[in-house]
Amino acid sequence: MANQANGEVLLEISGIHKRFGGLHALSDVALSINKGEIYGLIGPNGAGKTTLFNVLTGLYQPDEGKFTFKGIDLFRKKPNVVVESGIARTFQNIRLFHNMTALENVMVGRHVRTRANVLGAVFRDPKTRAEEAGIHERAQSLLDYVGIRKHGGEFAKNLSYGDQRRLEIARALATDPQLLALDEPAAGMNPKETDDLKKLMEKIRNDGVTILLIEHDVKLMMGLCDRIAVLDYGKKIAEGVPEEVKNNPRVIEAYLGASPD
Amino acid sequence: MLANIKQSKPAAYAGMAIFAVVLAVLPFVMGATLGNTWVRNLDLAMLYIMLALGLNIVVGYAGLLDLGYIAFYAVGAYVYALLNSPHLVPMLSGTGFEWLLHMPLLVVLPLAALLAGIFGVLLGSPTLKLRGDYLAIVTLGFGEIVRLFMNNLDRPINITNGPQGVNLIEPVSLFGHKFSQAITVFGIEFRSVHLYYYLFLALALLIIVVSIRLQSSRIGRAWVAIREDEIAAQAMGINTRNVKLLAFAMGASFGGVSGAMFASFQGFVSPESFILMESIVVLAMVVLGGMGHIPGVILGAVLLFLTPEVLRDVVNPLQDKLIGERLVNPENLRMLLFGIALIFVMLVRPEGLWPSKQRKAEFHEDDDLKAKDAEKEAAHG
Repeated sequence: MANQANGEVLLEISGIHKRFGGLHALSDVALSINKGEIYGLIGPNGAGKTTLFNVLTGLYQPDEGKFTFKGIDLFRKKPNVVVESGIARTFQNIRLFHNMTALENVMVGRHVRTRANVLGAVFRDPKTRAEEAGIHERAQSLLDYVGIRKHGGEFAKNLSYGDQRRLEIARALATDPQLLALDEPAAGMNPKETDDLKKLMEKIRNDGVTILLIEHDVKLMMGLCDRIAVLDYGKKIAEGVPEEVKNNPRVIEAYLGASPD
Repeated sequence: MLANIKQSKPAAYAGMAIFAVVLAVLPFVMGATLGNTWVRNLDLAMLYIMLALGLNIVVGYAGLLDLGYIAFYAVGAYVYALLNSPHLVPMLSGTGFEWLLHMPLLVVLPLAALLAGIFGVLLGSPTLKLRGDYLAIVTLGFGEIVRLFMNNLDRPINITNGPQGVNLIEPVSLFGHKFSQAITVFGIEFRSVHLYYYLFLALALLIIVVSIRLQSSRIGRAWVAIREDEIAAQAMGINTRNVKLLAFAMGASFGGVSGAMFASFQGFVSPESFILMESIVVLAMVVLGGMGHIPGVILGAVLLFLTPEVLRDVVNPLQDKLIGERLVNPENLRMLLFGIALIFVMLVRPEGLWPSKQRKAEFHEDDDLKAKDAEKEAAHG
């Protein structure tokens, strides 16, 4: 699977530090994600995975380091700038707009790629109307893409758990990302749903979107990711193809504790 | 819902036509049956509808609790008052700025909206990181600051004339006709209150159309997204700072229009008209009617404005008749009923009297979950 990645670097961070008061949540983290790959991020609870995720999507401002995406400097940039340059995300605890319909949720995702302002909204000039129709059409096709088109008119909160996860992915895809960052998308799913999700992620990757994935389901990660990085106590302790990582003694130690000898 | 309207298009058009006729003849019917005071009340109700719709953008759509909204009404009122009264004449004469005075309505009104909008941005920008209670307290403070400025800007240079307020404000003049004079068209005499009624109705309709169009636009969706989950909205690439400021500016500009019309209608403005209680009343209109839902907000505005007027007309005669003396002041009764009504609505219909489908869902989340659980149980059992 690794050969699908063509080696061109899409995202690169180095020397990233993030402190919360006395807690050194990320310490000198460096990684690079290649175009077209599925890049996994694993680690024990509290290792800093979600913190790193929030740094990469602009929700947290790192204290030090370098962060470039497609060669654009994104160090300490606001989330909307990060999204605009092509990184979209989902959340570990689903954060949909619960009282908007599924379709409207995805339409919000088009915000960053559309331009209508107050005047356009009020006067509804042909350009704005065309744009609005485009938003609608694109949102519909994205719902179709993730397989929940028939739920388009329902409030997001009334969707089943698995469908909410899919909706979050559709909403993120609506921003036209080159890198899609998924924070534990399979959490709480049964094996069937997990398998469907895996297929969806492969489909997204095959359509040209690079994926960054946090997940606890090691089996899923091993079968899906091209490369995996392991975080522990805010430091990257290993990186490589799944097979390497699985046999890395430091990874085993981090997960199972030090061996007695 | 849209489909329903499409299915019954003729019926919808007929309904709208009837509604339009009712609105058109309303002041005459009211004037004939209840007297001219009631036509005046109708005019003021229109102003409150505009105010409530403006606050609805901020509170209802974007979910930003604003307790100082009346400040923008004040800005609009003072802009109109100062530019259309003799008060600033001595200060401006000979400075080359005389052209500022007595500008046509179609210039003053957008100017009032613009200035109120700028104040909206000014007052909104320091509150961007605040939410809920904190936002409410800061906006409350801003509302008071604006009022106190109006109250004290008579020194060192007399701009606002302080607590005495600005007097002798000229009435609206449109197409060369002064609204203070009656006009007879087709044998029907349109008096000042009637003319104002149609002007306010037109402005209210304009604000309604703008509200509806904003709501179903890219901007409106962004507002609701921020209300629903600000972090997720950011993660969708919404520039929350700009979008929030836009909500403040739009809401404030509606308030400014309403304020300017208030000044011309009353002929007099003073800081007393813009106390905290007014902000609270407008907020109550939005909440009571149904946040974010235009028909609900209009209903709330009409109910809360007209109830005290009805009480004023009913309570005293009733007391005279029943007990022969006036024990209860209708003004006090008004506050009492206000309180009771609000408590009642919050207990029974927290989503407001006429909520949108969306809001209704929001306030009955538990019910939904319960229904879902019941469904699941039924499916398993």
